[in-house]
Amino acid sequence: MTTPEGNNPTLHNEHTPIKPITYVFVLAALVVLTLLNVGLAFLLPVGLIHGIFAVGIAVLEAMIVILFFMHIYWSSRLMMLTVGAGFFTFLVLVVMTMTDYTSRAWGLW
Amino acid sequence: MSSATTIVNIPEQSTASLPKNSYLTGEYGLKSWLLTQDHKRIGLLYLISITFFFFIGGAFAGLIRLELLTPMPDLVASDTYNKLFTMHGIVMIFLFLVPSVPAVLGNFLLPLMLGARDLAFPKINLLSWYMYMGGGIFTLATLVLGGVDTGWTFTTPLSTHYVNTHVITAGVGIFIAGFSSIFTGLNFIVTIHRMRCPGMTWFRMPLFLWANYAASILMVLGTPVLAITIVLVALERTIGIGVFDPSKGGDPLLFQHLFWFYSHPAVYIMILPGMGVISETISTFSRKRIFGYTAVAFSSVAIAVFGFFVWEHHMFIMGVSTYSALVFSLLTMLVAVPSAIKIFNWAATLYKGSITFETPMLYSFGFIGLFTIGGLTGVFLGSLGMDVHLTETYFIVAHFHFVMVGGMLMAFLAGIHFWWPKMTGRMYPEQVSKLAAVTTFIGFILTFFPQFLLGYLGMPRRYHAYPPEFQVLNVLSTAGATVLGVGYLLPMLYLTWSLRYGAIAGDNPWQATGLEWQIQSPPLKENFTEIPIMDHEAYDYDWLAHKHVPEVTTVG
Amino acid sequence: MDSHSTTLSSHSAHSSAIEAQIEHAHHEHPAYLLHHFETVEQQKAASSFGMWLFLMQELMFFGGMFMAYLVYRAWYYPAFAAASNTLDWKIGTLNTIILLTSSFTMTLAVHYAEARKVKALANSILVTIILGIVFLGLKSTEYYSKFVEHHVPGANFSIEDFVTGHNTGMPPISADMAQHTQLFFSLYFAMTGMHALHMIIGIGILAFMYVKARGGAYTEGHTAPIDYASLYWHFVDVVWIFLFPLLYLINRHPVH
Repeated sequence: MTTPEGNNPTLHNEHTPIKPITYVFVLAALVVLTLLNVGLAFLLPVGLIHGIFAVGIAVLEAMIVILFFMHIYWSSRLMMLTVGAGFFTFLVLVVMTMTDYTSRAWGLW
Repeated sequence: MSSATTIVNIPEQSTASLPKNSYLTGEYGLKSWLLTQDHKRIGLLYLISITFFFFIGGAFAGLIRLELLTPMPDLVASDTYNKLFTMHGIVMIFLFLVPSVPAVLGNFLLPLMLGARDLAFPKINLLSWYMYMGGGIFTLATLVLGGVDTGWTFTTPLSTHYVNTHVITAGVGIFIAGFSSIFTGLNFIVTIHRMRCPGMTWFRMPLFLWANYAASILMVLGTPVLAITIVLVALERTIGIGVFDPSKGGDPLLFQHLFWFYSHPAVYIMILPGMGVISETISTFSRKRIFGYTAVAFSSVAIAVFGFFVWEHHMFIMGVSTYSALVFSLLTMLVAVPSAIKIFNWAATLYKGSITFETPMLYSFGFIGLFTIGGLTGVFLGSLGMDVHLTETYFIVAHFHFVMVGGMLMAFLAGIHFWWPKMTGRMYPEQVSKLAAVTTFIGFILTFFPQFLLGYLGMPRRYHAYPPEFQVLNVLSTAGATVLGVGYLLPMLYLTWSLRYGAIAGDNPWQATGLEWQIQSPPLKENFTEIPIMDHEAYDYDWLAHKHVPEVTTVG
Repeated sequence: MDSHSTTLSSHSAHSSAIEAQIEHAHHEHPAYLLHHFETVEQQKAASSFGMWLFLMQELMFFGGMFMAYLVYRAWYYPAFAAASNTLDWKIGTLNTIILLTSSFTMTLAVHYAEARKVKALANSILVTIILGIVFLGLKSTEYYSKFVEHHVPGANFSIEDFVTGHNTGMPPISADMAQHTQLFFSLYFAMTGMHALHMIIGIGILAFMYVKARGGAYTEGHTAPIDYASLYWHFVDVVWIFLFPLLYLINRHPVH
């Protein structure tokens, strides 16, 4: 009954014991990134560059949480695809809406 | 019907009887239905409830057409008319079209076609129905309290600042019904991924499943955006958060972006499952494997994906960026490609097929013709220049009714007739149902074709009065609506009649190939005594012809 | 339904011999295996996939508000920068770390459930709940200070701080632009409020699980409920990971 995406026993996390120490490192990385993000907010000059850094670090943190805390790193391709599809759809919403907002005033002045 | 013109293969009536054990027997009483986790029973619950709401929505349509019989505003006042078309839209879209094929036929058929015992989450499936009913109750409450008059689109700032009707009540109804649809979609996706029987590879699945899979993706990823948008509208109305309020710097167009980000894909949520039904009927009644199976399968997914990239074509005249509109107009053309792939492949399937004209096939032909007109006029409207002229006129009303009513409703009726023997174990009366199919088609053309002309001549939508020169076409349209109403009433009457008096259908009256046809009608509660093994391609009529004995798999 | 003896595994789409796939391998039929699933693995794969789809639905739900935030952040840049500077970055940072730690303890809960350690499981859940409550407590002090500062949108909203530049650490902005700080705070309350609502629901679920876990539940092989509660909790964490820099950090003017 299992389908090709879900039948590889090595992909189930109960078969790949992950030691708690791994999670300690993950947490440490997350805290460091958070503090780095706060630090950059004061170090970098106000502007687009900082915005990119702030969101970029947030994306990195979110990826770490999703990959390790949420076990996507040890999951099947279907799960990765599902997460990818969700974020992709959100990006479609943002990018396609922004085509309107960025160009709405073009040619009007 | 004589055997020369039909493939119908029903058992000799003198000896035929319904199976003793089926999902309809065993447990009786209201409680056994209201607490059921059986996908087949839930499908029937949906059938009853959406039929109820369909006739409520239809009553509003009838009143609208009655008002438009004369140019003068003589039947209802303008604000009542606004409420009529709003309630017609809300009820038909959220309570009929979105759940129609997926929730009724999809629920009933998905596990049967996959060779599974149930959907992956039977309890969530039941919850979906209760949420649907919750949404329905709020919508009815809106109606009883005095209705809402914003149009089903809830356009801001009209809905947030300028009307004093029950926007929030209707919004809550849509919010709840939306989550019902999210959970249905979630259930379908998981079931198709995880519950396929041995041998049922992706490319052996009936195309109905591909279509429902694609629609489910849209349900899961699109509907929540509508949900949050409704929450923001409600917050705007109650505490004035200002997100859509231009006086506080908000952008009313942002509402439309978010609303149409769901509501355009919602159009595909409505039409894709209908296309799935047509793939089944066209194949069965022309005795041929669907031409270009893979192309049809992927075109469903392509429609779903492209569906997220085109929403702004609903907003071309609303003040969006011209450059952005240009991009969206071009992307809109893309959707025509997979839709055309489907139409061409169905036509190619019919070519040199042994076509018979049973009722589901008549409805399917209706679908193909009307959907093609509806789809092509959609291309007109997607073109930036034409849209400016035609949008917000009756042309657009005619366009989406050709797609939704001519397309989806025809497909729904095709599906209901096609699987009625499987659902109930009994045949519907063939002659009267053919009459109903033809009546529906004629009534439909008469109702909505004049609206294309009206729109092209410039009659705006959503007005209850119009210049006298439009009256002839409006009278035609109203007359057509009467015929259409009869066409919809007939199936309800004779299908109910057939529950008791219809001929016993037998397992496979259409000689169709799907797994659902290889088991008894109506099916057992557990669907299959033994999980089947799919050892042939979809639509393999040779396999069916050589299949003399039912599949027997050993029990260990 | 006496078909569980023909359990199937390792089915491949490219496999030719379907009969070879039938094995008489699994006879395990625990009580939590629902009737319509053939194997425990199938049930697990189905329900975790369902949970992920639910989370993607949640993502798009929050996505609508993020979209609104991005649009207005771009439109009313000075107002949003000024308003953003009135948020307390110290509490925000602390809260972020608290929430990340709660995610960590939640992951430990999953680990201990799989390792079948009743006490450690219950304690991890308890710590997660406490951290969640601390987060909400700190959040409510922030909300309270917004009330005090007249920064809550509505009748008592005052743009004075932004026009004069007091308490913001930012140069003063025009009254017109300052009006749009209200939009920032509307979105701030809507987004963090919706996030807090999700946390309250999560805490409720965890409290229920804590009681059951103390009774020995989830440690006998059926860890799925803990897994899904954990996925939900992490997802709420991910939302905050984006909310924190967007609301607190971007274009924060250096404090003098």
